[in-house]
Order: sequence, then C-alpha cells, then structure tokens
Amino acid sequence: MNASLSKLVGGKQGAIGLALLAALIFVVLPLGVDIFRLNLVGKYLTYAFVAVSLVLLWGNGGILSLGQGIFFGLGGYGMAMFMKLEASDPISTKIQTTPGIPDFMDWNQITELPWFWHPFESLPLTILAILVIPALFAYLIGFAMFKRRVGGVYFAIITQAIALILSILIVGQQGYTGGVNGITDLKTMLGWDTRTDSAKYILYYVNGALLIGAILLSKYILNSKFGMLLLAMRDKEERVRFSGYDVSNFKIFIFCVAAMISAVGGAMFTLQVGFMSPSFVGIVPSIEMVIFCAVGGRMSLIGAVYGTLLVNYGKTVFSETYPELWLFLMGGLFIAVVMFFPNGLAGIYDKYAKRFKFLRKFSDTQPAEKVKATPVSDIKEMGVKA
Amino acid sequence: MFDYSMADMGNIMVMQGFSGLSMFTVLLLMALGLAIIFGQMGVINMAHGEFMTIGAYTTVMLSKVAATYGFVNYYFLVAIVLAFILAFALGYFVEYIMIRHLYKRPLDTLLATWGLSLVMQQAFRSSFGAKEVSAELPEWMLGSFKPTPDIDIPINGVFVMVLALLVTAGVYIFMYRSRWGLRVRATVQNRVMAGAVGINTKKVDRITFALGCGIAGIAGAAFTTIASTGPTTGTLYIVDSFMVVVFGGAASLMGTIASAFGIAQAQSILQFFMTSSMGKVSTLLVIVGILMMKPEGLFASKLRK
Repeated sequence: MNASLSKLVGGKQGAIGLALLAALIFVVLPLGVDIFRLNLVGKYLTYAFVAVSLVLLWGNGGILSLGQGIFFGLGGYGMAMFMKLEASDPISTKIQTTPGIPDFMDWNQITELPWFWHPFESLPLTILAILVIPALFAYLIGFAMFKRRVGGVYFAIITQAIALILSILIVGQQGYTGGVNGITDLKTMLGWDTRTDSAKYILYYVNGALLIGAILLSKYILNSKFGMLLLAMRDKEERVRFSGYDVSNFKIFIFCVAAMISAVGGAMFTLQVGFMSPSFVGIVPSIEMVIFCAVGGRMSLIGAVYGTLLVNYGKTVFSETYPELWLFLMGGLFIAVVMFFPNGLAGIYDKYAKRFKFLRKFSDTQPAEKVKATPVSDIKEMGVKA
Repeated sequence: MFDYSMADMGNIMVMQGFSGLSMFTVLLLMALGLAIIFGQMGVINMAHGEFMTIGAYTTVMLSKVAATYGFVNYYFLVAIVLAFILAFALGYFVEYIMIRHLYKRPLDTLLATWGLSLVMQQAFRSSFGAKEVSAELPEWMLGSFKPTPDIDIPINGVFVMVLALLVTAGVYIFMYRSRWGLRVRATVQNRVMAGAVGINTKKVDRITFALGCGIAGIAGAAFTTIASTGPTTGTLYIVDSFMVVVFGGAASLMGTIASAFGIAQAQSILQFFMTSSMGKVSTLLVIVGILMMKPEGLFASKLRK
C-alpha cells in the first residue's frame, strides 16, 4: 500500500474497517434482505451521510450543529423539485387550471412557476444546486458566527433556531414548497422510473458508493494537516489562534463540507424514498441525526454509519411492535450514550475488542483515539468571546 | 395591512398587544428559569419545556380534583405552589442523577436533556393520554373587562401577568438580595474560590437547577389559563425561550424581561397582519439576524474576556 493511499484510508486498520463496511453494504445486505427492506436500509444510509458529516464537525471540530437537517433538507428539496417538475409535464397535469406546474401550486391558486423553481428544470443545474446552495448557506451562517467567535452552545442554539425557521417557512409557504406534506409523487428522473425494483437496486448501490466516497473524503480531510488543526481547535482553540492560524476560516470550511455531505444524503433520500417533506428539516430530525452519530462514536466515521443503521433498525422494530416504548428507549439511549459511552460503539470496540490478541495484530501503532468531549476547563469559555 | 382606520389600528394594537402579553408571561417565566440555569450555570436544559408541562398537568389535575370537591375558586393558588414544588423536586432529582456529571461538557448536557425530554413526553402521553386537556378556570378568572367598547381585555391574562411580575420580583430578590443568591453568584464567578470560602458549591448547583425547573413549573400553571395542555406542549416553547435568553444576554435579568416582551409582542402583532407562520418566521429571522451582529445579546454586561 503506497503512502498516499494509506493516508487516505487510515492505515491497515482503517482499510479493514472500510472493507468490512463496504462488504456489509454491497454484499451482505443486498443478499440478506428483500428489496423492500433494502430500500429501507438505503434510506437509513442517507441519514448516515449526515452522521458522517457530524463526525467531521462535532467529533473532530467540536462544533455541534443542531441544524444539519437544514442541509439534508436543502439537498432533498433540490432533487425533489427537479423530479416534481418532471412529473408535472403539461400532458399529465392537463386537468389542472394551469397545466405544467406542480399540483400543489395549482391547488394554491398559483398560475406561474415561481422564479426559483426554474433552475430545477435541468438536471446538471439541479445537481449543482444540491451541492452549492447548502454550502453557500453554510458559508453565510458560518461566516456570520465563526468570524464573531460564536461557538459552543450558542452555535448549537442558533443552528437549531434556523432549522426551526426553515421548517416553519416550508410548512407555511404551501404554494411554493408543498407545505406540510412536502413534495410527493416523484416518479422519474430523466424518464427513468425510480420506483421499479431494478431502479431501487441501482440507487441503493449508487447511494452506498457515494457514502463510501464521503467517508474517504472525510478520512482524507482528517488525515491531512487540516484534520490535525481541527482537533487542535477543538481542544484548545485559543492556542491555535495564537499560533497564527485563522480559526474561523477553518471552521467555516469544515461547516461547508459537512453541509455538502449532508445535502448529498438528502438528495439520495429523495431519489430512494420518492418524496421530501419538512419533517426531515426541522429540529427533531436534526437532533436525531446527532444521536446516530453519537451512538456510533463521534470520532469514528465508520462507527457513525453503524450507529445510524443500528438506531434506525431499532426504531423500525420497536415502532412496529411497541410504539409506546420507542420514545422511552430513544430518550434513554441519548442519556446513556452521553453519560456512559461518550465514544459510542467505536469506543466500546476500542476498549474491549482490542484485548483479543488476534485483533490487536491488526491495529496500527496509533493508540485508540482518546476522546474528550470538548474539554473546557471553564464553562464560560464556551460562550461568546466578545 | 393599510386598510384599517387609525382607530381600528389602535384597537388592534391594544388587543393584539394584550394577547402578546399572555405569551409574554409564559415566555418570561420559561426564560427566567432557563436564564438561571443557562446564564448562571452554563447548562443547556432542553427538557425545560417538559418541566413546564409538569406544572401544566399539575394544574389541570388539581382543577379536576377541585371540581369534584367544590373548591374551584381557590384551587389555582394551590396549583401554582404545587406546580412549583413538583417541578422543583424533579429538577433536584435530575440534577443529582444526571446533570452534575456533565458540567464539564455543556454540549453533552444538551443531548442528555433532550433525551430526558423525550422520556418525559412519552411518560406524559402514557399517563395522561395523547389528547390535549384543559383546566377549568375559576369563575373570577373568566370574562373580560372593557375600558372602551372596542377593547376586550381578558381577566385571566391580567392575572397571569401579575403572577409573572411577582415571580420575576421574587427571582430578583432571591438572586440579588439573599444569602442564597449571593452564594449562587459567587459560585458562578469563581467556583474554586467560592468552595474555598466555605460555600457548598455542589449544593448551590443543585438548588439553582431545581429552582429554574420550579419556575418552569409555575410557567406551566400560568400556561393552562391561556391554552390547553398536551404531552408535547413544552416543545413548542423551548426554542422561543432559548431565543429569549440568548437574545437578552444570558446573565442579565433585565435583558430576559425585555427580550421576552419584545419577542412576544413582535410575534403577536405580526401574526395579526401576516399568517401566523410568517409572523413567527419573521420574528425569529430578525432575532437570528441581530444575534449574528451582536452575539452577546442585547443586554450583555460589558466585559472583556
């Protein structure tokens, strides 16, 4: 293995972890479950994009964003707008008062396609929008906040408020966004029916490949000098600043990258599930995605994927059989993970699995990552540094 | 927005302003508790809304009891006290088993208390049902009084406002005029020194947290007079109350009052002229915008860190 490749995947251990995950996603799951369940797994894996982005942002950067649903939603809505426009061609919508516009616009007495829908008539522009708009939005938020050295809990609260604003806005502006039902009845992409079984398989594999790509990109970032700085900023921000680095620019950059990764997840969600609604934008989904990441291990990119799968599997099983119990379990999980397993599954693995000799052989010289959750000796430091 | 005559505008302003005042009182009481917990201790309590719901359910249940035993006219005062005591006790317990282990990790407290809020919501749903319930108001709280024929001012609104002002005054006296408040402020300023001069800082933390929760309980009692209570009532207010605290400047009592007033009034008046969702969106947008310009809040104490 040459040096740059080794850096990319994170050494031998990283390569094995990644290979196991890839085997699970590409071989074991498609063989083990039927297409309905596989589609469900695909849906969970789109959340894993957000969990991975949170590992970058929160685990390594110490920046807790409670608004990753914003970017997931922006990506998802971008794709949904494209597919909705394709689904509402003048022929299939000829019973409407204004044919050729999405049905919910017609119901809301809108007679012309709003200007911001026009770019979504073309697929390349849509894909561009899915990547660029969330990043731009993240840049704006990040620029306004990090330049003024707002961090910690303030950042968390404000991103949460922005998630709330966006979800209320989407629900409130029914005519432009489809309101609380979201954008539904998405059937085709460039004439390709996304609802058939074969399409679902293809989308699942594309999604899996993109997820592995996102993990590789994140690994590359974390293993570079930038990743080192990120960790340093998390632990002693002032010291990094006094060493001459512009801390805010690094934070803005990682926030934008995290936003992009989340948006790709959102777009894949729309493709696989066939709709997008404000219930994936607001406060609750945003914070749930944080728990996916926390369960997997906030420092572990691969752990975040397992955490997402596990929590969602639990959610599906329990909400099917004991819907009453699910919220208790979910709440208990939040508390237990935070209080007893701050490193999540990855932390448990590092602690116990490595006791076995044959596993220790695989591990590199680097010791198990020791995570401290934003160790701040003085709580006041967390807030605004005016 | 401009189709109203001047007199109409005046009346709309007064009445919407007054309905804004009811929201102001709930927000103020919620935010007071949060400001104590967040401003003084740096702990983010995402379950704060659920402590409010405890107060609300206490009041509703007591009103049912009162209806059967015929003391409807007086139960509300008892309910306020009981709501405070219950929320205080639960807050004390939560601090003991959970929060105190997480003081060094503020972001994690946020997640753990979010988990707590989920558990509490489900507990409410399991024990009181998913349907919203409302308290029977005593007769003297019903009705309204009319200073002019066009203006209606509900009496329950006046009552909860008086209540909120009393609680605010109480918090002020507690924080700035009592030994306990002195200990709390000393602990906030310098934990180690406070411990060295003999203050039991752990106990101070516990009481402070419990007090914040207790005030949320009172907020819940006040809440029952203006709306009905459901298992997820608390979540509706949590973001707003955080905005109030942050916007006002976390450690400032005056700031909390002023920003609760501003936010409640802005929402109430804007909601009359726009749809209710747009009113809320524009208010929140303005707050977030201002916070981006002035992250330390409106009334932050001037100091260099």
